[in-house]
Amino acid sequence: MSNLIVVEHDNNEVAAATLHAITAAQQIGGDIDLLVAGENCGAAAEAATKIAGVSTVKVADNAMFGHHLAENLASLIVDIAGDYSHVLVSATTFGKNIMPRAAALLDTAQISEIVEVVSADTFIRPIYAGNALATVQSSDSIKMITVRTIKFEPAAAEGGSASVEAITGGADSGLSSWVSAAGSNTDQVDLTSAKIVVSGGRGMQNGDNFAMLHSVADKLGAAVGASRAAVDSGFVPNDFQVGQTGKVIAPDLYIAVGISGAIQHLAGMKESKVIVAINNDSEAPIFQVADYGLVADLFDAVPEFDAAL
Amino acid sequence: MKILVCVKRVLDPQVKARVKADGSGVDLANAKMTMNPFDENALEEALRLREAGTAEEIVVVSIGAGKTEETLRHGLAMGADRAINVVTEDVLEPLAIAKVLKAITDQEAPGLVLAGKQAIDDDSNQTAQMLAALLGWSQGTFVSDLKIEGDTATTIREVDSGLETIAVKMPAVISVDLRLNEPRYVKLPDVMKAKRKPMDKIELESLGLDTANRMTTLKVEEPEGRAAGIIVESVSELVEKLRNEAKVI
Ligand SMILES: Cc1cc2nc3c(=O)[nH]c(=O)nc-3n(C[C@H](O)[C@H](O)[C@H](O)COP(=O)(O)OP(=O)(O)OC[C@H]3O[C@@H](n4cnc5c(N)ncnc54)[C@H](O)[C@@H]3O)c2cc1C
Ligand SMILES: Nc1ncnc2c1ncn2[C@@H]1O[C@H](COP(=O)(O)O)[C@@H](O)[C@H]1O
Repeated sequence: MSNLIVVEHDNNEVAAATLHAITAAQQIGGDIDLLVAGENCGAAAEAATKIAGVSTVKVADNAMFGHHLAENLASLIVDIAGDYSHVLVSATTFGKNIMPRAAALLDTAQISEIVEVVSADTFIRPIYAGNALATVQSSDSIKMITVRTIKFEPAAAEGGSASVEAITGGADSGLSSWVSAAGSNTDQVDLTSAKIVVSGGRGMQNGDNFAMLHSVADKLGAAVGASRAAVDSGFVPNDFQVGQTGKVIAPDLYIAVGISGAIQHLAGMKESKVIVAINNDSEAPIFQVADYGLVADLFDAVPEFDAAL
Repeated sequence: MKILVCVKRVLDPQVKARVKADGSGVDLANAKMTMNPFDENALEEALRLREAGTAEEIVVVSIGAGKTEETLRHGLAMGADRAINVVTEDVLEPLAIAKVLKAITDQEAPGLVLAGKQAIDDDSNQTAQMLAALLGWSQGTFVSDLKIEGDTATTIREVDSGLETIAVKMPAVISVDLRLNEPRYVKLPDVMKAKRKPMDKIELESLGLDTANRMTTLKVEEPEGRAAGIIVESVSELVEKLRNEAKVI
């Protein structure tokens, strides 16, 4: 068996999500190679060589891969996938964008968002917002897989000494071009890797009130998240969203404030180790999954909680 | 321009999926079904493009048997001009769905294909990207804002780090997020009008495609449930529990 992992990176650093995908490949077994495609991505490639357990880092350094456009990256993956039994990528917006395109070009199905490796051809993946788990066996000669990060520990970022191989391949489709990117506050602790997350919902009433959650988060070294309702209402940007169609996270502690606990929200956080809910409606479904529930007005409880920390 | 909108019939998002006792799948018998929410946004966007004069004709397409027609009628009631139902009893994987959609796209020659970013039943998030690949077209995924000028679609994409703007060359396949728009409500006269709009039925076999599934579902199980914990009486009790019992702060 041989695994290729498509590395998510910003040309300088390897994204944490990739380390989780590498662990999934380790469980499949066999050699592990990484693909770093980017523009002036030497630093990211260098970082990739240090990841434990990696044989070769294939580096495609070319302007056409600079912004990770799906058309160009997929054509590169197609060019090299034939050498591998498994091609994996993290189930992030990066992976979800490119992998199905590459899979279709290879006339291969994609196994989306696996949470468990049963064997080299059998995997478990959640369906219906995580309300069911399907065990699926693939008959394709190459298995194209996206990996849901929360169920795999990250591989060690240090300790490896992989070799580097510069490669060419892929084609510039000229079909799409990158225009701009707008990120929200980068001082924020990363939501997907944070040990503690404090999330606000519609109950927060407006964006300014999120300052209360940021204050608590600062004290706890936590990230701030949100429900879709909070994002849709414009309280916080889209990258705060936790849920079926946002980020799926599993911190040690998740504090849901003014969030009712809809199926789609639970899909993104119910694997958290400890869940706290603060809600003034004792019937809110969030209390059915909370380890500690506090039935209270958040505008009293959150400042008091903050003061007690 | 003609726009093809891909719509799937799925379990209503308000309904919690129940796994069948024999582990063969999710129980959909008598369950409330609807159009996949993202597909409603895709259709709504197409309707707005027609209202703005950018599009002339909107065709909704769905692959499935039985009441799939009902979902397409809903699309017609929202305002689509025509519907195509590719009929099959098989539950196809996204790759096979993409192949069927490619065949329909080849027949219809739309200038734009809109789809949802993910179907809320299989949560695959693959079909639009696969269709774009098979057509050799550009793709814009997870789109929450769309502007079309000439042969370029400028899309704002919702990505993990925030928002990304890319320009894609038309014809394109675009998958949409819920934040793209607010789908319109269907009024009774629209439902009546929809009954008279054309609906083509195409048997899957007649397309001559290899739509064999590549995966076998060995079993479907319910995930381990989470037991409800305790209700604390005060903030100080909460802090005490988190410090000394859960030891997470
Ligand atoms: C296809 C689809 C995908 C979706 N994806 C997601 C997703 O990824 N993530 C997601 O979160 N949602 C998602 N949703 C939306 C989801 O169904 C819910 O609508 C949403 O999660 C509700 O957000 P909320 O809990 O903040 O708001 P509400 O349901 O309105 O709940 C607000 C809560 O705040 C409480 N509250 C109000 N005031 C106070 C106060 N002063 N003190 C204490 N408590 C207070 C209320 O009691 C209530 O329980 C999706 C929906 C669909 C259809
Ligand atoms: N059976 C189907 N018929 C028509 N369109 C579909 C079908 N299945 C999926 N799609 C489209 O593909 C999108 C993504 O689905 P998926 O890749 O299964 O998550 C959906 O939102 C639909 O727009």
